[in-house]
Amino acid sequence: MRRLPVRVPAGPSGCRESGSEPPGGVPEPVRGGRPPAGPPAPGAYGLGVVREVYFDAASAAPLHPAAREALLAAVADGWADPARLHSAGRRARLLLDSARATVAEVLGARPDEIIFCASGTQAAQLAVLGGLAGRRRAGSRLVHSAVEHSAVLHAAERHAAAGGEAVEVPVDRTGRVDADAFAAEVTRPGTALASLMTANHEVGTNQPVDTLARHCAQHGVPMHTDAAQSVGRAPLPAAWSLLSASAHKWGGPPGVGVLAVRTGTRWTSPLPGGDRERGVPGFPDVPAIVAAAAALRAVAAEAADQARLSALVDRIRSTVAATVADVEVVGDPVDRLPHLVTFSCLYVDGETLVRELDRRGFAVSSGSACTADTLTPSHVLAAMGVLTHGNVRVSLHRDTTAEDVSRFLAVLPDLVADLRAVAGVAGR
Amino acid sequence: MTPVLDCRGRRCPLPIVELARHIGDVEVGGTIQLAADDPAARLDVPAWCRMRGHDYLGACAAPDGVPVYSVRRRA
Repeated sequence: MRRLPVRVPAGPSGCRESGSEPPGGVPEPVRGGRPPAGPPAPGAYGLGVVREVYFDAASAAPLHPAAREALLAAVADGWADPARLHSAGRRARLLLDSARATVAEVLGARPDEIIFCASGTQAAQLAVLGGLAGRRRAGSRLVHSAVEHSAVLHAAERHAAAGGEAVEVPVDRTGRVDADAFAAEVTRPGTALASLMTANHEVGTNQPVDTLARHCAQHGVPMHTDAAQSVGRAPLPAAWSLLSASAHKWGGPPGVGVLAVRTGTRWTSPLPGGDRERGVPGFPDVPAIVAAAAALRAVAAEAADQARLSALVDRIRSTVAATVADVEVVGDPVDRLPHLVTFSCLYVDGETLVRELDRRGFAVSSGSACTADTLTPSHVLAAMGVLTHGNVRVSLHRDTTAEDVSRFLAVLPDLVADLRAVAGVAGR
Repeated sequence: MTPVLDCRGRRCPLPIVELARHIGDVEVGGTIQLAADDPAARLDVPAWCRMRGHDYLGACAAPDGVPVYSVRRRA
């Protein structure tokens, strides 16, 4: 099984040499950790033997082996301009077309409905701003949930600042949108576009996209769905008009976004010029797109693995709730993404928790304010009305093992208890 | 008189830690207040009350504009 790079102390020969430790010594190895295997990661010099367990796939999944292979082949063969008529250009074009067909098939779209762009964020913003631009005659209302990705919220802010109207629909304690309120909002006059994610990126809760998209369609309102966390992991809705996704969430390389625009949907690229990708300008990164498609085909074929991850998430949810005092495991426990879980620990600083877990070899993310650039905590946790400090998101991927999860669950309760003891609030 | 905890300038989770340390200072049924300008407190005080079984009574503004949160001890 492929492993992430292992942090090992290494001298110039690649072996640990005496006296190579930095001042301050080497952190203790994690108990039960595996012996190092494979070459040391660049920059790993001087760090202890802590095998990194990567639990942040919802931010970026490790590159799928199929993507790595495809990337190398496409870099050699697909570097030319796919818009040119010479043979090198035609080779690139062939690769691009084939990747487009693969992505279309997995998303349940037609190849000519697929637009490649620079990122999932860009895809979501193109969907929202382009969807609004295409429906300018119908009105200027954008209806979206309170827990959309910041890409959508920022596009909504831009739209409102330009004189449009952005209507935010609240969610319940599990993070699921108020479907009745959403349905009512989209029927109001002047509604140009609705936007609802397939499932939430921070807490995993699935959204009723198909039901609401059909309702929107009955009222002539197109719906954008941000499927970034669901593609390659969960069955996708079908009733959308616009769908956006991000390759590095499914094991493709970073820097590839996908926007699907259903035939018949009014959509106008909000970017200037460009005859590539239906008005989204810029030279496409054909090798990365080819790798993204290869990864998507591979993960679609490995769909059964998601059930394994979902069972591990169930185990994390129940064990954390049982072994850590004063913890709130948030999001819908059942109707959710298979690979991620979020919980908040009272009295603990999220940043400290992330750093201390990292020291013990676990890479997680956090929605707590202290881990962000601003003082404001995660808008998702805020909209749900759940605790925002001491927050940890654990997100799994195909390389995650049951042993990784067991080690994490063994380490966490004592770590949280220690941090609380330092704060002087044990048992309150 | 209702005790007021002054957590101006203190970031999450310190205001909540202070609340937990001092909730026992008031009798069951008594009220304690927390002045905190950390924006996370607006969310975390009600969440803490829900998790610990106390009553969140709402917020008002101190003369300097800093939010003051009121909590009734239930247990």
